[in-house]
Amino acid sequence: MSADQEKTPEARPHRWQMVIDLDRCTGCEACVVACHAENNIRISGAQEAAEGRAINWIRIERYWEGEYPDVKAKFMPVLCQQCADAPCEPVCPVYASYHTPEGLNAQVYNRCIGVRYCGNNCPYTARQFNWFDPHWDPPLQEQLNPDVTVRQNGIMEKCTFCVQRIRQGKEQAEREGRPVRDGDITPACVQSCPTTALVFGDGNDPASQVAQMSKSRRGFHLLESLGTHPAITYLKRLDE
Amino acid sequence: MKQGSVGWNDMPAINRDLLAPLSPGGRGYVLLVVLLAAIVSAGAGAWIYQIETGIGQTNLHPPIFWSAYIASFVYWIGVSHSGTFISGVLRLSKAEWRRPITRIAELMTIISVVIATLFVFYHLGRSWRWYYLIPYPNQREIWPDFRSPLMWDATAVLTYATASTIYLYLPLIPDFALARDRIGGWRRPIYAALSLGWQGSQQQWQALNTAIRIITPLIVMVMISVHSIVGYDFGMSLVPGWHTSIIAPYFVVGAVHSGLGMVAIGLYLVRRTYRLESYIRLEHFDKLGKLMVAMTLTLAYFYFSDQLTVWYGKVPDHMAILHSLMSGTFAVPQWTMITLIYVLPLITLTIPAFRHWPLGMMVIGLCINVGMYIERMLILVPPLAHPRLSYNWSDYFPSWVELTIMAGSFALAVLLYVLAVKFVPIISIWEEKEGHLHGRESH
Repeated sequence: MSADQEKTPEARPHRWQMVIDLDRCTGCEACVVACHAENNIRISGAQEAAEGRAINWIRIERYWEGEYPDVKAKFMPVLCQQCADAPCEPVCPVYASYHTPEGLNAQVYNRCIGVRYCGNNCPYTARQFNWFDPHWDPPLQEQLNPDVTVRQNGIMEKCTFCVQRIRQGKEQAEREGRPVRDGDITPACVQSCPTTALVFGDGNDPASQVAQMSKSRRGFHLLESLGTHPAITYLKRLDE
Repeated sequence: MKQGSVGWNDMPAINRDLLAPLSPGGRGYVLLVVLLAAIVSAGAGAWIYQIETGIGQTNLHPPIFWSAYIASFVYWIGVSHSGTFISGVLRLSKAEWRRPITRIAELMTIISVVIATLFVFYHLGRSWRWYYLIPYPNQREIWPDFRSPLMWDATAVLTYATASTIYLYLPLIPDFALARDRIGGWRRPIYAALSLGWQGSQQQWQALNTAIRIITPLIVMVMISVHSIVGYDFGMSLVPGWHTSIIAPYFVVGAVHSGLGMVAIGLYLVRRTYRLESYIRLEHFDKLGKLMVAMTLTLAYFYFSDQLTVWYGKVPDHMAILHSLMSGTFAVPQWTMITLIYVLPLITLTIPAFRHWPLGMMVIGLCINVGMYIERMLILVPPLAHPRLSYNWSDYFPSWVELTIMAGSFALAVLLYVLAVKFVPIISIWEEKEGHLHGRESH
């Protein structure tokens, strides 16, 4: 175990966090598409989608409120909550699901043997499984991201907070001899959100937008009572 | 038929009766073996197909990541408790009526542990990387994570398989020696090797009895721990409906329940096939029936306690599962299960005359096993189908690949048993003789 891992989240150099403002989310699913393109997520097709097997690292959960004709659709983007105390980690028998020194929940694809316990134990159903080998209809294979591994049949995967972009941002800052600035790093979903409902940043930088927003009185964590300590703060809708 | 040094007809009746099943089977036997082998091949084919194409051949999908294979694993580990419970607990309590039953049950133990282990491999997403589960030294210094209940499980099942093999083997030594002396042909050298030079001297008997005395209490403890740990696979998770402290004892009792049912089936079939009515008597069915009533009541009590707690607590996450079981998606299998494992056994087995009816006992054993298989599925699927974020609620029924693999594995279990009966004396001959001796002394 490295020295960073033993430190509390506050004592580490970075604590990557996200804020999701439910009041701004329109349920447009641009984040879903962006995530697919960025992270080489396999195209499942209509049949697999009907079987409930379409892989999405981020999804828009839609809940209906009220009775017809007075119904309201409510949208909630759900992705891996990058829990500080992640239920998926200790149940993995081979350390494929593990906590990085920066506090992210990483999935080591090469190590995964597909027991799928992590999938059961994730209360957010954020984890996805590769039921078959990946496949892209031509010419979609041309747009694969070279910075992201293509996952094979039989292993688990999930949102990484675009770890490749985090790494890029840090390397860029290092080259320029400066600390990582707020806004340097944006995961694909955050970048593509037309209403800026998603905000990403370093929670250990008190001046960052994410640190400011997560202190909002509207803030809450998903399934907070489970004690998973997610890195994602949701902001309640204003009309409630 | 060429026999060993002593002529077949010169042997005492008990040797003749109990060694007879070892002689080559007739046409019916061969036909049965061929039929079973065909079903096993179908299962193997389905498994190869699944490995080639992907776990997507099952009907699994998020949030249901475990189902038929894991349920079957739990079921077969449960069946394996027949041997250790019947034989271990009854040997410990010096119950005389155990004598003709122990071997029948112990063989079931070994075979069902093997079948259960197979299901772990069917389940793995990348079964060709199974060795990541073994703590072997490697360049990257990565070890398995022993915080995972699955590692406890792997350790427990391996321990159980080893211990129960020894436990089956020890009392077999004198019987192998008898077979060595009485049965000729190609099997003789195998029996000779397996009997470890047994001559039946006073010293050897003492050593054997001491060994059995030591391993019996150990195997009972291993048995309880194994199924508790299988229960922990579920209990340690956060899944509502799994995360309950009663799950370990509940699994152990459930295992014994299905195990006893399987013993009833085995007793009936062995007795009928080899005309062993004078060894496996009605009193054995009667005693077994009483034990089954005790298990039914214990299991029902655990089940009731658990469900009552959920119902009274009215926690929404848990209630969603209870509703789906009692009156929702899973109501049909749920009520079938309750009828098969609680209602029918209690109605029938509490009638003394019924317990003396071997065929009826077999049918109840069958009911319990079908019911327990359903029960294992119901422990797994409804809780997984109702995660806390209700957007993800789902449903499940096994695919044809899953069903074929399950059928093939069942056929493999029966096939191994049918083959084993031709090689291993199915009733412990020396223990049976010892029993006759005890009987004579006490009268």
